[in-house]
Amino acid sequence: MTRRPRGLVRIGRLYMAGVLLFLYVPIFVMAAMSFNASRLYRLPIDWSVTWYVALAGNEKLIDAALNSVWVALVTTVLATVLGTAAALAFFRYSFPGKRVMQLLLFPPIAIPWLIIGTAMLVFFFWIGVGRGLHAIVLGHVALALPYVVVVVSARLRSFDPNLEDAARSLGATPWQATRRVTLPSIAPGLVAAGLFAFAVSFDQFVISYFLSAPGVTTLPVEIYTAIRKGFTPEINAASTIVIAVSMTLLMVVARFYRFGGER
Amino acid sequence: MAEVTVQGVSRYFGPTVALEDVSIRFADGGFYGLLGPSGSGKTTLLRLIAGFDFADTGHIAIAGEAMEDRPVEKREIGMVFQNYALFPNMSVFDNVAFGLSVRGVARGELRRRVGEALELVQLTGLDRRRPQQLSGGQRQRVALARALVTRPRVLLLDEPLSALDKALRSEMQIELKRIQRDVAITTIFVTHDQEEALTLSDRIGILKDGRLVQEGAPHEVYERPETVFTARFLGDANILSGRVRDGGIELADGTRVTSERSPGADGSAVTCAVRAEKILLQADEPGAAGDANALSARVQRHIFAGNSLTYLIDWGGETLKVFVQNRSGEVIPEGTSVCLSWAPRDTVLVAP
Repeated sequence: MTRRPRGLVRIGRLYMAGVLLFLYVPIFVMAAMSFNASRLYRLPIDWSVTWYVALAGNEKLIDAALNSVWVALVTTVLATVLGTAAALAFFRYSFPGKRVMQLLLFPPIAIPWLIIGTAMLVFFFWIGVGRGLHAIVLGHVALALPYVVVVVSARLRSFDPNLEDAARSLGATPWQATRRVTLPSIAPGLVAAGLFAFAVSFDQFVISYFLSAPGVTTLPVEIYTAIRKGFTPEINAASTIVIAVSMTLLMVVARFYRFGGER
Repeated sequence: MAEVTVQGVSRYFGPTVALEDVSIRFADGGFYGLLGPSGSGKTTLLRLIAGFDFADTGHIAIAGEAMEDRPVEKREIGMVFQNYALFPNMSVFDNVAFGLSVRGVARGELRRRVGEALELVQLTGLDRRRPQQLSGGQRQRVALARALVTRPRVLLLDEPLSALDKALRSEMQIELKRIQRDVAITTIFVTHDQEEALTLSDRIGILKDGRLVQEGAPHEVYERPETVFTARFLGDANILSGRVRDGGIELADGTRVTSERSPGADGSAVTCAVRAEKILLQADEPGAAGDANALSARVQRHIFAGNSLTYLIDWGGETLKVFVQNRSGEVIPEGTSVCLSWAPRDTVLVAP
């Protein structure tokens, strides 16, 4: 092992401190303040669950949260099923345009959501889909699909196609081979992809904002609306819950994803 | 159990010819070795018989039934893959039971038949293990049990022993032969290992560039290769060319050799093959061996392999190979003038 130069170590530590300061401290402060009875962030913290109690009485936020969960669950199911089917098709067959289709999966990850949201709003109006939770689900599925395809494809890369041939040679129909051999083998990838889809949907703001019908919306949009009207620490409480849920999900994803890589 | 017939089968992948007009009859209960270098089309042929791929022309039939429109799962085949392709998410028992369970075989019978199959391959007691916990030889046995448990009509083996080390491989060869005899199943075996093909098969077919170049019993094909390719691919052969003169063959340096068969009309060009182990190598009295074919040459180099020696012989600029049993424990030194002789029946006329 080589000794690391002291100067580099110092820069490394500074860098880490910077990340913690600008990324995690604000979140931590917000979470702490959600337990502070003082509306004006006064210190020392006067520990209380006032804002959580207030939140429990805020029907608008709760409805929005339930909408968010519902939209995220539907998105997860649709995106995982469709995305897995696409990944399997890419894995098994070669067909004209395959390469182009695979490449087309990536831009949606990079295009600003604002632009995608605007485009969807206009297009959905034009074809008569309109606005509302159904439109939000459509948008979220479209958004989550590339993530699912990428995650499942990564898992499939370590799957031996001979296994499907072996199953067929033993008398399994293509569907039986998929259900009994392929899907169980890539199960960790499916779980990771599903959690990804859930997180993409649950955390989504811009597209949900554009596609919401008046009065019916998701939690992030409702939080934004509430902030515009006037900030209350209730929002801190709601945000803390959202962060807790998202972090937990992503931890689980990370765990399954690593498993997928190791095998 | 069934006979498999392949009739005029061709398969093209774009401009490349994978198989060209191949016809083979795989006898009921026989062990047929398909042998050829990589890219010769042997695996393509196996995949066509299995139904993973479809021929562009020609017919494939199992037990007289046409297979053209039949998907893999309806062909009643058993297949062992090169890397075994055991299902990693299932135990040994579930791997072997797979074929029965997709067929909806009742639980009691399923248990009994899986037990029998595991007994056949001598793996009783390992049913709960996962494939990852098994040795290479054990995986091989599981793959075999899994392929045989459904009582297929044909057993297809795709280089099943190539992943094993040498000692295990010869053990599995004996085992494979025993199991194949016990079950008396038509077996088609793809390999690039000539020794393995000669050992296991009761009939072999040699493929080159998608064509069947020679077919027959292992002994027959080895002793009587029809082409330079077969002579070289199966075993080691020295290829000599010359012209016919007075019913014999005159080689480039004027040496006259004879063959059992008539080499053809005077003056025509001929090629013959002489196996490296059929040649007698004598250090003394070069050029005096009476009736037999004899060449005078010089030892170039030797390769010592314990029980045998391979001599590389310089014969007028060409290198010939001679195998010698290490009976005397002595080595003929480099540069020694030697006499190479062999019987006329070992001069095999081959097509170039």
